[in-house]
Amino acid sequence: MFENILIWFVIIPVIMMAGLGLCRNSSMNAIRAVMVVCSTILVALSVWLCCDFLAQRAAGNTAEMLYTGSWMWYAPLNIHLAVGVDGISVLMLMLSSVIVFAGTFASWKINPLPKNFFLWFALLSTGVFGFFISIDMFTMFMFYEVALIPMYLLIGVWGTGRKEYSAMKLTLMLMGGSAFLMLGLLGIYWHSAPEGQPLTWNILEISHNAAIAPEWQKMLFCFTFVGFGVLGAMFPFHTWSPDGHACAPTAVSMLHAGVLMKLGGYGCFRIAIFLLPQAANELAWIFIILTGISIVYGAFSACVQTDLKYINAYSSVSHCGMVLFAILMLNTTAMTGAILQMLSHGLMTALFFALIGMIYGRTHTRDIRQMGGLMKIMPYLGVCYMIAGFASLGLPGLSGFVAEMTIFFGSFQEADLFHRCFVIAATCSIVITAVYILRVVGKLLLGPVQDEHHLQLTDAEWWERLSTVTLILCIAGIGCFPNWINETIQASFSPIIAAIQSAAI
Amino acid sequence: MDITLPILILAIPITMFLILGIGGVKMSRKAAGVIGIVANGCLAAIAYTVAFTYFFSGDPLFILDGVRQQYQVFDVTWLAFTERLVVNIGFLLDPISAMMLVVITTISFMVHLYSWGYMEHEPGFQRYYAFLALFTFSMLGLVVATNIFQMYIFWELVGVSSYLLIGFFYKLPSAVSASKKAFIVTRFADLGFLIGILVLSYYTHTFNFISMTENPVSVFESFGGATFMGASAMTWAMVLIFTGGMGKSAMMPLHIWLPDAMEGPTPVSALIHAATMVVAGVYLVARMFPLYCVVDASMTFIACVGAITAFYAAVVACAQIDIKRVLAFSTISQIAFMMTSLACAYDQPVEGVHYSGLGYMAGMFHLFTHAMFKALLFLGAGALIHAVHSNNYTSMGGLRKYMPITHWTFLIGCLAIAGIPPFSGFFSKDEMLAAMFSRGWFWGAWMTMVAGLTAFYMFRLYYLIFWWEENPHYKEHKPHDSPWQMSLPLIFLAAVSCVAGFIPFGEFVTYNGEPYHIHIDPATAATSITVAVLAIALATVMYRKKNPLPDKVASIWPGLWTAANRRFYWDEMYMFVTHKIIFGIICKGIAWFDRHVIDATMDMFAKVTQKASFAIRGMQSGEIQAYVYWYFAGAVALAAITWICLL
Repeated sequence: MFENILIWFVIIPVIMMAGLGLCRNSSMNAIRAVMVVCSTILVALSVWLCCDFLAQRAAGNTAEMLYTGSWMWYAPLNIHLAVGVDGISVLMLMLSSVIVFAGTFASWKINPLPKNFFLWFALLSTGVFGFFISIDMFTMFMFYEVALIPMYLLIGVWGTGRKEYSAMKLTLMLMGGSAFLMLGLLGIYWHSAPEGQPLTWNILEISHNAAIAPEWQKMLFCFTFVGFGVLGAMFPFHTWSPDGHACAPTAVSMLHAGVLMKLGGYGCFRIAIFLLPQAANELAWIFIILTGISIVYGAFSACVQTDLKYINAYSSVSHCGMVLFAILMLNTTAMTGAILQMLSHGLMTALFFALIGMIYGRTHTRDIRQMGGLMKIMPYLGVCYMIAGFASLGLPGLSGFVAEMTIFFGSFQEADLFHRCFVIAATCSIVITAVYILRVVGKLLLGPVQDEHHLQLTDAEWWERLSTVTLILCIAGIGCFPNWINETIQASFSPIIAAIQSAAI
Repeated sequence: MDITLPILILAIPITMFLILGIGGVKMSRKAAGVIGIVANGCLAAIAYTVAFTYFFSGDPLFILDGVRQQYQVFDVTWLAFTERLVVNIGFLLDPISAMMLVVITTISFMVHLYSWGYMEHEPGFQRYYAFLALFTFSMLGLVVATNIFQMYIFWELVGVSSYLLIGFFYKLPSAVSASKKAFIVTRFADLGFLIGILVLSYYTHTFNFISMTENPVSVFESFGGATFMGASAMTWAMVLIFTGGMGKSAMMPLHIWLPDAMEGPTPVSALIHAATMVVAGVYLVARMFPLYCVVDASMTFIACVGAITAFYAAVVACAQIDIKRVLAFSTISQIAFMMTSLACAYDQPVEGVHYSGLGYMAGMFHLFTHAMFKALLFLGAGALIHAVHSNNYTSMGGLRKYMPITHWTFLIGCLAIAGIPPFSGFFSKDEMLAAMFSRGWFWGAWMTMVAGLTAFYMFRLYYLIFWWEENPHYKEHKPHDSPWQMSLPLIFLAAVSCVAGFIPFGEFVTYNGEPYHIHIDPATAATSITVAVLAIALATVMYRKKNPLPDKVASIWPGLWTAANRRFYWDEMYMFVTHKIIFGIICKGIAWFDRHVIDATMDMFAKVTQKASFAIRGMQSGEIQAYVYWYFAGAVALAAITWICLL
């Protein structure tokens, strides 16, 4: 079991938790050492995995999933701990490890109870990593829940503002989504094999063997898509996101917007579309309408917010709407764009929330009306914020542009009027995004200094620089050299596209 | 051709940007300035070498049987959307891109040199040079694009460099809002550009310019007669792509950002908002010219937009007080001239596609000469502002004695733009007017009138700055000519403006690569010179010495003067739509809806659950009597139900 590299993505966070358990709350350096060592190992591991994966693909290994392994966990229901990755999951693992790494440095001075904070943080990342390596629906769901629960405590204890309300709201809404999801997954399980054969939770086996009746597919598709869509902040189930993000501590916002919201999109295509392709073909239009609304609606809402975190939360609604929107186009290019958008949004939102945390830590306000001219006072943070903003509004050379363009060009391949109208509406978001980003940049960073007390503030410390530089390098890397990622993703989509096409006939 | 030099053309400025952007903070001003100027000098030398090789080497790659060829030096895959739709990054050499290489690097070098004097005491000097390098990189990438998507990429990048440079004095709220406005207006236009590319590439399955323009008729056929709302899909595509050009080139109604963009440092206005970036729209139309030629409607659209804009901007320029704004509106008007000229380079289709190249050649020629003399005028304006510390001509007047170099070079620029021989503007403008007359007398007459207005407002400006009446403040603060770093570019550009008209431009740049022999059309030339001289004479009468005549003329139609001064209230209209309607109603409405309807519904679920549990919790009171009561009540009810069912 331990010879499988993927398992280590779960084991290392567990070791991290054990290590943290040995530290005392007062020994900040020990806690930091554990976090830095483990998160560095995770980054290294994911980079190594990516290289090895590409090498294996280049060597001609065309299996659907690589590094597969399966261990029986609960025999009566045929639940396995089954792991395996394709190009998309490899990239998602890289994204998660980078954000855990950056998040560690962004919460360098967390107070109070640093040990407990990092314990929950590590548990959260265990869930995230576990989710991306699983190919068994049950363990996937379990890791999903593992990732959600710590949010409640992390926001409730270390948050700011109306934290109890927000933590409760976020947890309840996501749990409501999970309830739908559980129904959908159970439904798939009960139809997972033809009459007489043993039922299975394994995604690959289901996709090969199962022939779920169309009427069942439709119902289950709605359940699973809505279930994952709640986490992907789909309109009208997005309202947990602004409040939740606004109250969450920095690193949690980073991990949540950066990775956890991607679980939604990932689940949507890995389960809802891959396993229920016929329903996806027939019912995609309903969700195209909802996600299309998300894109424009989120962007317009962001234009009038005055709290930095609310702006980014609504902007996330818009950008994550784009992810689900592209997935529903059901063609390779648009879906590739969706994954690129997940990576891009993950990195850039993490950067945004990290910077907001750093600015808030200095000015003690997130209200843009009370700040101004910060570029002069903290040029490093100001420049980083501008880069994040440019990535968000789709400046070429940064990741957002690549993702958005792939989505638009992919979506435009669908030639009917319905798709066309929604694609054009979605493209309008690039203008609205520019409006709210420049509004914030103009008020927050440029112009005269609003508050004289801000003049004494200091610029970024080394750990803050490390955290932001890591993220910016990744953003620029994707933006300048997108093609290898693009090819990796496109290749990984071929089984899913094949399933969709065979169902359409 | 060796690919080293073309790669260096792109690599030098981006390296400069990274070096100055990341390391600039630790660099002294002098180091940053020297690095910037030297690197740009090298860049200009390399670009000249490449352009020279292209035009004069006679290599069959570049010129075959007397026809200039389009040559892709390199073209590498950047992103593959689908198997057929692949975005490349490449380097295309053809007459217009080679010409633009020369224009951009020349002006950029001049501006770098000039800024060394002009920006000397400004904080953020290193940052300024870094942004200039970023702009130079983006603009060069734009003109050498091998495909429309590469052009879009660099199009966005020039947009952002323009944003950064307009907002260079970021502590001034006016600069911040001007930069924001410029970015958002052009972004809105780029939305049209993007949708245009989406439509075009959907039908043609390619982004590449050469494969699209080589056979425009097959592109037309690939649309298969698709229509949308009465117009063919290709018309939509071409008009939408042109929308992008309207944004960048400040055509009406998307012109509102350019006058505000004058908040940026003046050398930036010279480089970006006069000579290079704002002509990107013209360049785009020239690049896609064969495709525009097969779509009648789009050409007519361009011609109309150009003609209206040229006139509008010229009228507004007559009533501005800020000298940079006069020049800004003059730029808008001149670019519109080029657009109209391009759109007139075309006869009615006879036997398939047929177009005459005169308007194309003339438009490109004017782009070249205009870049030189408008950069000269802006740099001259910069020298004036540097000397008197004000943008308005009201604080100038009589400066010819104090600033002779600025005075003479500015005069050359004015003569060039007014179209007086032998200065460069005359030759290009004459060719453009000839092309417009060949399309129809209306176009020719209309644009000749605009040319007359141009001569009038330029000399109005010239006299108000250098003659009129001496400002009394000069006694306390004597204005003087600028340091050599600033004077040298002025003299160089003035010299170019004197001689550039004699370049046999038609031998180098034509729409199909075949040489076109320029000849001056006597009738057109005589008309345009007469009109220009009359306009200058009128300006001399009105503005040479201080007199009440201008006020009298203005008071004949006070409303007209105020309206022209306020730019015919375009900004107010935009403010109403964006602030009141989009921001005030749509955005706020949606935000309200989100909080009070969507979120309230979600909260309601929670509240109802809570209320319901509060309501029924009384039943768990722990009172034995109550439990017994409910127990018996339940038993009786069950018994009753059973009894009813059994009946």
